[in-house]
Amino acid sequence: MSYSKTSIWQPMSSEVASLSIWGAFARQFMRHCKSLVGSPADAINPLLFFFMVVTLFPLGLGPDPQRLAGMAPGILWVVALLSSLMVSAKLFASDYEDGSLEQLAMAPYPLAVLVMGEVAAHWIATGVLLALVSPVFATMLGLSSAALPTLVASLMLGTLSLTLIGAVGSALTVSIRRGGLLLSLLIIPLNVPVLIFGTTAVSEAVIDGNTVSWLALLGGLALGSLALLPLAIGAALRVSLDN
Amino acid sequence: MQLLAANQVAIERGERRLLAGVDLSVSSGDIWQLVGANGVGKTSLLRAVGGLARLGVAGEITRHGTMLYLGHHAALKHNLSALDNLRFHPACDVICSDEDIISALAAVALAGYEDRPIGALSAGQQRRVALARLVLSSASLWLLDEPFTALDVDGCAWLEERIKQHVAAEGAVIFTSHQPSRFGELQQNLDLAAYVV
Repeated sequence: MSYSKTSIWQPMSSEVASLSIWGAFARQFMRHCKSLVGSPADAINPLLFFFMVVTLFPLGLGPDPQRLAGMAPGILWVVALLSSLMVSAKLFASDYEDGSLEQLAMAPYPLAVLVMGEVAAHWIATGVLLALVSPVFATMLGLSSAALPTLVASLMLGTLSLTLIGAVGSALTVSIRRGGLLLSLLIIPLNVPVLIFGTTAVSEAVIDGNTVSWLALLGGLALGSLALLPLAIGAALRVSLDN
Repeated sequence: MQLLAANQVAIERGERRLLAGVDLSVSSGDIWQLVGANGVGKTSLLRAVGGLARLGVAGEITRHGTMLYLGHHAALKHNLSALDNLRFHPACDVICSDEDIISALAAVALAGYEDRPIGALSAGQQRRVALARLVLSSASLWLLDEPFTALDVDGCAWLEERIKQHVAAEGAVIFTSHQPSRFGELQQNLDLAAYVV
């Protein structure tokens, strides 16, 4: 094993191609995806949590299918919110510890765009996956099958908002030891509208009511979060790095 | 060409004032070593210069051109391979092909380690993966915090040679180290003891 003596510095090519901002976004996305594939526990834990809680409810509430089906929209949404809270607390923790955040902040691209690559990968691995698997859990609770498409759609839109809100909280608390409780206090109030719109959409679907307007509200929240929160995440990360 | 101008910079950490009145002007071809005892504020000054620390930094810092910062933490994901870590490195601003990365790893004596997960490498080897970025970056000003720690003799020689090449190619380097004047007459020292408040 030896260091190369003669060719220490060969410029990669005479004119080095610089990376576009979308290239940088895609790179962060791929980095996080690869990292999740390397340790899949981060994606599977929320699903396991979801599964455990959903199996515990019938034991606690009694096996009356009618009552379980009535409560299913609320149960499913509350558990989705809690599992999102659980994983978003750790969203930036490893990046902070291993110095990746410093390097992100030094990169000549807007921090808000780069972290969105990471948040997008996180959302797909947790939120989208949860939404796609949720019909299984919903059937375990006896939710009518007519409401399943609405459940999936509402979770898909809702977890996007939840992930973005959680990312702001995680960015703010990442430099604080045991910031978990503070994080929950910060972001649970912001999650409440998502929870209300989500449960109402699913409950409306059960009685064949008006689901579109509730889904539209969820979509509006998701788009609003997508427009504003990346800036907040970037700014919060800069503050967290600054000590 | 001037790459960095720091004018009357003062640094506070928490309630404590560390440094005041630091002037530093770095032009291409310069090697600056920040000198001082532990805790005097070498890392804080380096982070302030790089723009990572803003709160508690007073004074004027003007930056021209791109910078590369190498801190105590190497920004390597333990479950990714050396190749993937460099391919997806968050701060890289140029497009590097796999061949570029493999030859960069070969340059730091890690040929054949491309596909090993970082977690399976020793501390010194991880350090060398981080140093491979010095071959893959187009940044003109390097900010290196204790770059010689955990490196073997050959590694230190390689890094010295690489820094000399970088400044010969119109780059500049600011680094911290406890070993005095590695670069002899090529380097200039900024003794922070003079600015302690």
